Amino acid sequence: MSSSIPLSHFLTVSALLFCIAVAGIFINRKNVIILLMSIELMLLAVNTNFIAFSRYLGDASGQVFVFFILTVAAAEAAIGLAILVVLFRSRGTINVEELDSLKG
Amino acid sequence: MVEQILFYVISTVLLGSALGVISVKNSVHAALLLVLTFFTAAQLWILLRAEFLGIALILVYVGAVMVLFLFVVMMLDVNTEHLKEGFARYLPAGLLVAAVMAAQMIAVLGARHFGLDKFAPQAELPAGYSNTEELAQLLFSKYLIAVEVAALVLTVAVIAAVTLTLRKREGVRTQNVAAQIAVKPSDRLRLLKIPSEGSEVDS
Repeated sequence: MSSSIPLSHFLTVSALLFCIAVAGIFINRKNVIILLMSIELMLLAVNTNFIAFSRYLGDASGQVFVFFILTVAAAEAAIGLAILVVLFRSRGTINVEELDSLKG
Repeated sequence: MVEQILFYVISTVLLGSALGVISVKNSVHAALLLVLTFFTAAQLWILLRAEFLGIALILVYVGAVMVLFLFVVMMLDVNTEHLKEGFARYLPAGLLVAAVMAAQMIAVLGARHFGLDKFAPQAELPAGYSNTEELAQLLFSKYLIAVEVAALVLTVAVIAAVTLTLRKREGVRTQNVAAQIAVKPSDRLRLLKIPSEGSEVDS
């Protein structure tokens, strides 16, 4: 029994990480790049939860789930950044406030 | 003891760099701080004996996704001062929501329900245990279809990213290989019948 860090400590760290990401979405409302980074931080917090439970329950399936989340997150980042590039090319801005052409 | 000290140091760096990501002015600095965040998160995962995923996080995220982020940040000429407007306006709301969420989650996830007496840490893994091998056993037996679907997702993502950003440029002289191969002699050479003067005299 070498490690005596309780599971709650890991869960608390990832909860704080998730809350920081939520705050980032609130205070960086204009910059889409930082919004995407905040989403990555959220996924990281969720993955940390999965791995902590996987370790403390002794079940490797949690790590398999993290593997798939990483796959989907990488795909999401690639497509999100591609959309961002197309958006910047056609509109010349990535300011969320000015991207309101769908608003009636 | 060493592990506990490591845990607290790594967690402090993790949360500090995450705070930096959301608060620095420059997007490039935010991306670099995000690299640090992923790196420390990978250390945390390795502390939880998930070596394969820790290394995968460094390789996939720090090596590929963050480089992509940096490329995009540097490619787009973004006016950062303008984008930071409203930072002070939304700060109170953001902090309030984050604080309430953190308080709620910590109240639930605290030591009362997830403490050492409820979830005792697993015994130290035996010598020769391979995290990669165990994951591979699971991935290629129980989760084989999921692996195939993940591969499909990645393929779709690659195609989508390429088709989104591909741009047809006008006025560029390029080689049309198909047209070059399909060409017939009659397209290139035209034989004209020109009556010669001598034959006219003869007839």
